[in-house]
Amino acid sequence: MSSIEASQTAQAASLQTAAAEARRAKHIERAGAQDRIATFVLTAIVAFVMLLVVSMVAYILYQGIGMLFHPGFLTEASRANGTQGGVAYQLFDSFYMLFLTLVISVPISLGGAVFLVEYAPDGPITKIASTAIETLSSLPSIVVGMFGFLVFSVNLGWKYSIISGAVALTMFNIPILVRVIQQALEDVPQSQRDACLAMGLTRWEATIHVLIPAAMPAIVTGIVLSAGRVFGEAAALLFTSGMSSPVRLNFLSLNFSSPTCAWNVFRPGESLAVHIYKIYGEGSPQAQEIVWGTAALLMVCVLMFNIAARVVGKMLAKRMTAE
Amino acid sequence: MASHLPKRDLEKVGMGVTGACVVLVTLVVCALIFMVAQKGLSSFFKDGVDVVGFFTGTAWDLHNTDANGMPFTGALPLIVTSFAVMVLSTAIALPIAIGSAIFAVEIQPKFGQKVFQPLIELLVGIPSVVFGLIGFYVIVGAMKAIFHVPTGLGILPGSLVLAIMILPTITTLAIDALRAVPDSYRQGSLALGYTRWQTIWHVVLRSAAPSLMTAVILGMTRAFGETLAVRMVIGGIETMPNGLLDAASTITTTLTTSMAVYADGSVQNDVLWSLALMLMGMSLIFILIIHLIGKKGGDRA
Repeated sequence: MSSIEASQTAQAASLQTAAAEARRAKHIERAGAQDRIATFVLTAIVAFVMLLVVSMVAYILYQGIGMLFHPGFLTEASRANGTQGGVAYQLFDSFYMLFLTLVISVPISLGGAVFLVEYAPDGPITKIASTAIETLSSLPSIVVGMFGFLVFSVNLGWKYSIISGAVALTMFNIPILVRVIQQALEDVPQSQRDACLAMGLTRWEATIHVLIPAAMPAIVTGIVLSAGRVFGEAAALLFTSGMSSPVRLNFLSLNFSSPTCAWNVFRPGESLAVHIYKIYGEGSPQAQEIVWGTAALLMVCVLMFNIAARVVGKMLAKRMTAE
Repeated sequence: MASHLPKRDLEKVGMGVTGACVVLVTLVVCALIFMVAQKGLSSFFKDGVDVVGFFTGTAWDLHNTDANGMPFTGALPLIVTSFAVMVLSTAIALPIAIGSAIFAVEIQPKFGQKVFQPLIELLVGIPSVVFGLIGFYVIVGAMKAIFHVPTGLGILPGSLVLAIMILPTITTLAIDALRAVPDSYRQGSLALGYTRWQTIWHVVLRSAAPSLMTAVILGMTRAFGETLAVRMVIGGIETMPNGLLDAASTITTTLTTSMAVYADGSVQNDVLWSLALMLMGMSLIFILIIHLIGKKGGDRA
């Protein structure tokens, strides 16, 4: 009797372990399957994103690259409110405004970043300043543009002008630059700072002679990348630099107050991006060609900024470490 | 010049010059906030626009005036459209962004760093008008073909364009967030017999959650404030949208089209500043949320 009972219990127990075993095997199998499915889905997502990016860039270039080699597109002024002719002035205005923007924003951002990283006394002022910069970076660019319109174009009487646009772009660019330069300075090893101070250098000397040179590759990369962003910005420019370039520009004129002098910062100007916005809805095939040509031109410039940022950064880094 | 100064003075000069830069930027930001607030509130206080009507009214028409000579300033359609576009574009971009960030950090880190990230950063650099242009010609065309609608303009194409635009923002920040998870967490989890996916799902994502939230909110901020790309595909009609493929207008797109039309100081112009004030208020709220998340995450760690 008892032996039968015992064998039954043993049998039940072994059945139980077998069931548990099976459950566990099933569980492991399920986990493994989930893992494979997840990997597959993630791979598919990445493939999709890459395809999206590549096809977008390819589509723009395909649509507009022919126009870039069209005679006159890059060298002629636009006619008939932008629907005919070329985009020479828009191209010039874009680079001119970018140049002015960088001239204003780089020193201020550099100073600001150095202060925040190297000096920044712990306290409410530093906190307020970094919050202010963060606020500026998250403000919609249209709000920055409206502020620029109100202050520079209306209150200061600069009207629609290159300089209003450049200052609006500066406000848009400063938070980006400050963050990049801050990051670059923070990445310089603390030991370099300690060594400088131990040698009797002031923090200012250490910053000028050691830290900024050490951070230079990253700083330059950041500046060039931000230049790409500024170059394509349009919303902040609609109400500050305006939506048209003068019909005729004189590049040789040095009379800076003349409205046709190309270098006059108080004349209205139109960037490539604004030009696209202005004429994208025009139905004529000629205007469409110009729109896509301008888009391709913008893309080529942005790509060039991207490549230049990497190349220059790498070159500077190499020169510094090779010495 | 500076090198002849005694060291202590030199240090003061350095601190003064760099401090001045910070003070300048801070002052400009404060001036901006103050001026937008002043202009935005003047429509309610000076011109007597009804505050409740502004937030709940559904009739927006600055061009025509009612019996009292006031323009129609019910901004609810614009607010609704702005939020709809923001939520929808985030919902589309979020799984794709987080998924590709996971792939780029956990599954193929080398490929992620060398190939995927530069490609995504390229997307950041594409100007918003170019996104709008593609949206106008490709996505709007696709909408027409798929849903058989007359114009193809509306909230859905706007959200799709925005989703592509905020994708790199969320992805790069999510990649940073996932990279910041210590490797020991992963090793511990794998040593306990978790599969890679279980590790990602239960350990990595869980511990990166606050930073991922921040990434999403920054993406939403960008979506809420984006202007021209949306303007080019949404249609620009300031009425309450009846559907996702009905021409509509967001706060930002209304500003773009109307701002230059009305003279400084007019009721219409002041009301537009009220819209700008609302945009600014939203981005301040987003920043506040990010700070709260950061604080909470910091407390837990």
